[in-house]
Amino acid sequence: MADISKEQVKHVAGLARLAITEEEADMFTQHLSSIIEYAEQLNELDTENVEPTTHVLDLKNVLREDEPKEWITKDEALKNAPDTQDGYYRVPSILE
Amino acid sequence: MSLFDHSIKQLEEMLHRKEISAEDLVDASFDRIHEVDEQVQAFLTLDEEQARNQAKQLDAAPDENARLFALPAGIKDNIVTKGIRTTCGSQFLKNFDDPLYNATAIEKLNAEKMVSVGKLNMDEFAMGSSTENSSYKSTRNPWNTDHVPGGSSGGSAAAVAAGEVLFSLGSDTGGSIRQPASFCGVVGMKPTYGRVSRFGLVAFASSLDQIGPITRSVEDNARVLEVISGHDKMDSTSADVDVPSYTDALTGDVKGMKIAVPKEYLAEGVAPEVKEAVISALNKYKELGAEWEEVSLPHSKYAVAAYYLLASSEASANLARFDGVRYGVRSDNATNMMDMYTHSRSEGFGDEVKRRIMLGTFALSSGYYDAYYKKAQKVRTLIKNDFDNILKDYDVIIGPTAPTPAFKIGENVDDPLTMYANDILTIPVNLAGVPGISVPCGFSEAGLPIGLQIIGKPFDESTVYRTAHAYEQATDHHKQRPLLGGVK
Repeated sequence: MADISKEQVKHVAGLARLAITEEEADMFTQHLSSIIEYAEQLNELDTENVEPTTHVLDLKNVLREDEPKEWITKDEALKNAPDTQDGYYRVPSILE
Repeated sequence: MSLFDHSIKQLEEMLHRKEISAEDLVDASFDRIHEVDEQVQAFLTLDEEQARNQAKQLDAAPDENARLFALPAGIKDNIVTKGIRTTCGSQFLKNFDDPLYNATAIEKLNAEKMVSVGKLNMDEFAMGSSTENSSYKSTRNPWNTDHVPGGSSGGSAAAVAAGEVLFSLGSDTGGSIRQPASFCGVVGMKPTYGRVSRFGLVAFASSLDQIGPITRSVEDNARVLEVISGHDKMDSTSADVDVPSYTDALTGDVKGMKIAVPKEYLAEGVAPEVKEAVISALNKYKELGAEWEEVSLPHSKYAVAAYYLLASSEASANLARFDGVRYGVRSDNATNMMDMYTHSRSEGFGDEVKRRIMLGTFALSSGYYDAYYKKAQKVRTLIKNDFDNILKDYDVIIGPTAPTPAFKIGENVDDPLTMYANDILTIPVNLAGVPGISVPCGFSEAGLPIGLQIIGKPFDESTVYRTAHAYEQATDHHKQRPLLGGVK
């Protein structure tokens, strides 16, 4: 597996919805390359017949009745938002 | 001598006998905070008015059944508190003044009448090992303010060590309770995954995160964990397992106990003075009638790599909720929706958070998922099997908590890999989901605390506490106090 390139870093930043400057792209390329190179040591292990562990608990699906209940009010939901209007979250227009 | 040099049990008796009042305890906490927090920088938000009012009310209506009656506590700032600003150490949440509800752990502490005095500093979104990644300020180690307190629960450990609160809550994803407890010379417990509800803990890596207590003594720690443990229907990963009395387990007796000592935990990279302190602790256990043997956790060397892939992947998904719409800060520099997301996130998150989001997004992206993410999950299985195998034959596993005492502020800040290696002895415990505690076991030549890590079987916190308590009773490391402000 090769090093991560600056183009890949920019692509990944786009996927993660992060705007990065050229300077930041250089820095992250260097950091991510060294971390990924370090992660390559996992390839020393043969894991062909090993089951992946997503979770240590023996979890079962937790089901409940779908019942309406009071949680927070609309005013409360909007209370911490950076921009609201007339009881809604206000965001930039998505249509030209 | 500070009131907080007493144990929770002693203070409880003093309150019942009316030798002290709830107001005395709150005064003791704020007096100390005002005296030393300028040096320690542990708190992000103080809630003095609420705490003082609450103390008055508690004095008016004493409750002998409440298990944490009137005891002043600090809360890590990634645990949501109704009506109290919760920032996760991030500028993104600098205006998150009212999270609207309490985390389940907070509800449980409130039910036992604790008094929250405020919110404690941390690495941004719990990502870091030194609290230098907080976007507000760097907390200092009370033993030497040129050194870090550890992280990410650095504020939680430093506040207890400096005598500002009697206990605090932290969260531990890869060592974030145990490593700062080790650096600050206090007791920090990461319970079994699922033991404490994560409801209201702002998620970093959901399959690894656990809330746990930081205290001065093992007994206090057991008391607090007893209160916050238990099944919670608000957290579907919380385990429906009975909670025994952890304090009942503190018998002081470890005769015949079988201790495993992984040779990887005393290998190269562990500072000689740390190794020496751990060996001397093991000899103490021998004196107390326990036996120990060297064992191997052969896959521990792969834990850090697996952890960073898994934790960062989960973090990239969890932090996708920060979009600048419902809470947090929104960028002023956006004209359309996509710009709003990207600019808000870029301005809101610090470098370490961005680094991990990008690593996680990369590891989960098409073409790399099998090579990195799935591979890391398989390695996690091997690491968990290592622990299962050893814990079949032994009661506990013992080693150091961190490979070195607290390092200097700024020393590792530009070197993520060195910083990550600091968690090499705590991370495997999170991957395996088992409980682990750090207790003080000595001091370096420079006078910085060293921590002993005791790891147990899943949901067997009782044995971990019993082992830790017996050692604590036989030694006096936990009685040492930092000289901050000239007060011992």
